Amino acid sequence: MPSRLKSSWFPNVRVDLLAGLVVALALIPESIAFSVIAGVDPQVCLYASVIIAVTIAFVGGRSAMISASTGAIALLVGDLVKDHGLAYLLAASMLTGIIQIVLGLVNVASVMRFVSASVMTGFVNALAILYMITQAKELILAGEMEAWATFPLVAGGLAIIYLLPKLTKAIPSPLVAIVVISVIANYFGMDVRRVKDLGILPTGLPYLDFESWKLLPLTLETLWIILPVSVSFSVVGLLESLMTAQILDEFTDTTSDKNKEARGQGIANIASSLFGGIAGCAMIGQSVINVKSGGRGRLSTLTSGLVLLVLLLVMNSQVGNIPMAALVAVMIMVSIGTFNWATFQNLKIQPKMTSIVMLATVGTVVGTHNLAIGVGVGVLLSGIFFAHKVSQVIGISSELSGETRTYTIRGQIFFASADTFGDAFDFKEVLSKVVIDVSHAHFWDLTSVGALDKVVLKYRREGAEVEILGMNEATATIVGRLGTHDKPGALERMLDH
Amino acid sequence: MATILACTDGSLYGKSIYEHAAWVAGRLGAGVKVLHAIERDEAPANDDLSGNLGFHANTELLEELTKLDEAHARVARLRGKAILEDAEKQLQGLTVTTVQRHGALVDSIVEFESESSLLVLGKRGEHADFSKGHLGSNLERIVRSAKIPVLVAAREFKHVERFTVAFDGGSSVLKAINYLCTQPLLKEAECDLIAIGKPDSDLARSLEGSATALRGAGYTVEAQILPGDPEDIISAKVKDTGSDLLVMGAYGHSRIREFILGSTTTALIRTCHVPVLLFR
Repeated sequence: MPSRLKSSWFPNVRVDLLAGLVVALALIPESIAFSVIAGVDPQVCLYASVIIAVTIAFVGGRSAMISASTGAIALLVGDLVKDHGLAYLLAASMLTGIIQIVLGLVNVASVMRFVSASVMTGFVNALAILYMITQAKELILAGEMEAWATFPLVAGGLAIIYLLPKLTKAIPSPLVAIVVISVIANYFGMDVRRVKDLGILPTGLPYLDFESWKLLPLTLETLWIILPVSVSFSVVGLLESLMTAQILDEFTDTTSDKNKEARGQGIANIASSLFGGIAGCAMIGQSVINVKSGGRGRLSTLTSGLVLLVLLLVMNSQVGNIPMAALVAVMIMVSIGTFNWATFQNLKIQPKMTSIVMLATVGTVVGTHNLAIGVGVGVLLSGIFFAHKVSQVIGISSELSGETRTYTIRGQIFFASADTFGDAFDFKEVLSKVVIDVSHAHFWDLTSVGALDKVVLKYRREGAEVEILGMNEATATIVGRLGTHDKPGALERMLDH
Repeated sequence: MATILACTDGSLYGKSIYEHAAWVAGRLGAGVKVLHAIERDEAPANDDLSGNLGFHANTELLEELTKLDEAHARVARLRGKAILEDAEKQLQGLTVTTVQRHGALVDSIVEFESESSLLVLGKRGEHADFSKGHLGSNLERIVRSAKIPVLVAAREFKHVERFTVAFDGGSSVLKAINYLCTQPLLKEAECDLIAIGKPDSDLARSLEGSATALRGAGYTVEAQILPGDPEDIISAKVKDTGSDLLVMGAYGHSRIREFILGSTTTALIRTCHVPVLLFR
C-alpha cells in the first residue's frame, strides 16, 4: 500500500476507530442542539453531519479534523427557514459550497493572514457566548413552561460531564450524562421538553432530497435572498475550518493544505445540501476531542460520520426521548471548552488596541448574531489600528545652511501620515531654496504624493526654489502602479534607499 | 570527492549497511556520509476517551502533546547519537561524516541526495516486524523519490563476485547498464543478464545490445531471455547462479497499477536474499 495513503488514513487503525467513536457520540447532542438554533428539524442537521463528516474524510486537506453541521453556521440561518422554508436553506448551503470551492481555487488560505490572532480570539469567544445565550433561551423557555424538572436535570448532567472524567477516562462523559438523564427523566415520567418535540427525526438512511428542492423557485429573487446568507456561511465556515486546521497543525506538529481544505469544505457542503442537510464546517471542540482521544488519521473522521449514521439508525426511537435538559448540559460544557479563558489575563497585559479589536469582534457578533460581520469589523479595526501605528513611524529633521534649508524625511508616508508630513514644514520661514530629501521615505499612495505636491506649491508661492532629492526611489514604493511588491528583492530595494 | 549516503536506524541491518557502504566506498573511492533520521512516532499513546472539554482545553492539550513529543525526541536524539558513534567505529579507515536530522527519512534523504552518488539502506527498518517478507515502510517511498542509485542491503554482506541484471528494456534498466559500463563498482564480476519475454522480440534485441555494451566494458556476460513470470524466474535464477547482487530498474509503473497488481520491484527485493541495486 502506498505509504502516503497509509500515513494519512491509517496511522493507527485501532486508536482512530476509537476516537471516531467518541466523536460520533459527541456529535449527536450537538447536531440536535444546532438544529434548535437553526430552527430546522433535527434530521436536517443530523444528516448534514453524517454526509459532511464522510465526505470531508476523503476530500479534506487536514487529516483528523472533524467537520459536521456546526453552531457557527446554524447561528447565521436567522429567519431564512422561518420566512422562506427549508428549500432556501438547502440552496444557500449549495451556493456556499460553490463559493468555497472557488475561494479554495483562488488561494483563500493566503487571505487568512489578514485575520489577526485577536480577531480569532474574538471569534471563538463570541461563538462560546452565543452558545451560552441559546442555552439560556432554552432554560428560560423551560421556566415559562413551568417544566421545573429541567433545572435539576441540567445540573445533574453538568455534574456528570465534569466529574466523571476524574474517575475514568475510558468512556465519554457527555454520553453517560445523556443516558443517565434520559433514563431518570423517562423513569419518573418528568414533564420536560424532549428531542422529539423539535420536529422530524431521521428514520432511515440519508436520501437525495428532491422533494425539498422542488419547492425552490429558480428566480433571481431567490438568489438575492440566499446570497447574503451563503456569503456569511462561506466566510464563517472557512474561518472556523482553517482556524481549526491551524490548531490541529500545532497539536500534531504537521502541516496541512488549507486551500484543499477550503475546496473540501465546499464539496462536503454541496453533498450535504443534496441530501437535505445544512452547510457545515470544521468543529474546534470536536476536533480537539478527536485528537485528545488519539485520532490522527482520516479514518477517525470517516468513522465519526459512519458511527453517527449507525447510531441514528439503531437508536432513533431513543434519540427522540432525550430530554432537552441533557443537551443543554452538553452544550454548556462545549461553550466552556470553546471559550478562550486566557482572554481575561491577556486583557490586562496586552496592548490596548489588540484588546479593543477582540472586544469589538465579540461585541459585534453578540449584537448581530452574525460571526461574519463580527470578523469583518475585527479585521477592519485591526487594519485601521495597524495603519495608525505605522503612520507614527515617520521622522522629519531639517538643517539650515545660509538661505537654504534641507528637510530630511524618513518613514512611511501614506493616507494616515500625510497630515503629519504636511505639518512638519515651516512655510513662514524666509528662504531662497528648500531641499526636500525623500530618499529615505516611502510614498505609498496618491494622498502622500498629493501632500508633497502641496508642500512644493506652498514654497513656490513664497518665492523659494524647491529641490526634491530621491523622488524616484521614494515613489517606487507606490506598489499599485509599479508592482514592486511581487518582484524578487522588493524588500531590499524598499529598505535600502 | 563523491560520497555514499548510508541511512541507518540502528536496526538489525545496521552492521550490514555499514559493510555494504564500505564496500561501495572502497570500489568508488568515495567517502561515506551516515544519516540518521529521527522520525516522529505518529500516534502517541492516548487513553483519554472521555470526550470532555474543560476549561483551557486547547492550551492544555497542546502542552500535553508537546511534553510527550519532547520526551520521545530527547530519547530518540540520544539513541541516534549512539548509533552514529557506532557507525563511525564500524567504518574506520574511510572518510566518514555523520549527520542527524529530524523528520521523515525520505525528506532528509532529498536534502543530501544532490551531493551523494549512491544511497545505501537496509531492507527493513526498526519499525518493520520480522514476519517474513514484510518490507521496510520507508523503502518504497525512498526508492521512488531517489534520483541516485539505491543499494538495498541484505541481512548479511558478501563480496560480489557474480551479479544478475533483471532486464526489462525500460529506461531505468538502461540507466543501470550505462552505470555499470562507466563506473568501477562491479568491474571484474561476472554478469548474468536476464530478460523475461519471447526470443526474437524487440526486447531480445535490446538485451543483446546491452550485453554487447557490457562486454565492451570488460564484463563476462551471459545473456538469456526466458518466458514466464518475472518474479519467479528471476528469483530462481539468482539462487541458481549463486549471484551476490541483483541489479534492476525500479518501479516502472504507476502507483495505482501497483496498488492493484502488486509491484515486481517490491516482490523481488523481498524474495531475493541478496542485496539489490536499484535505478529509477
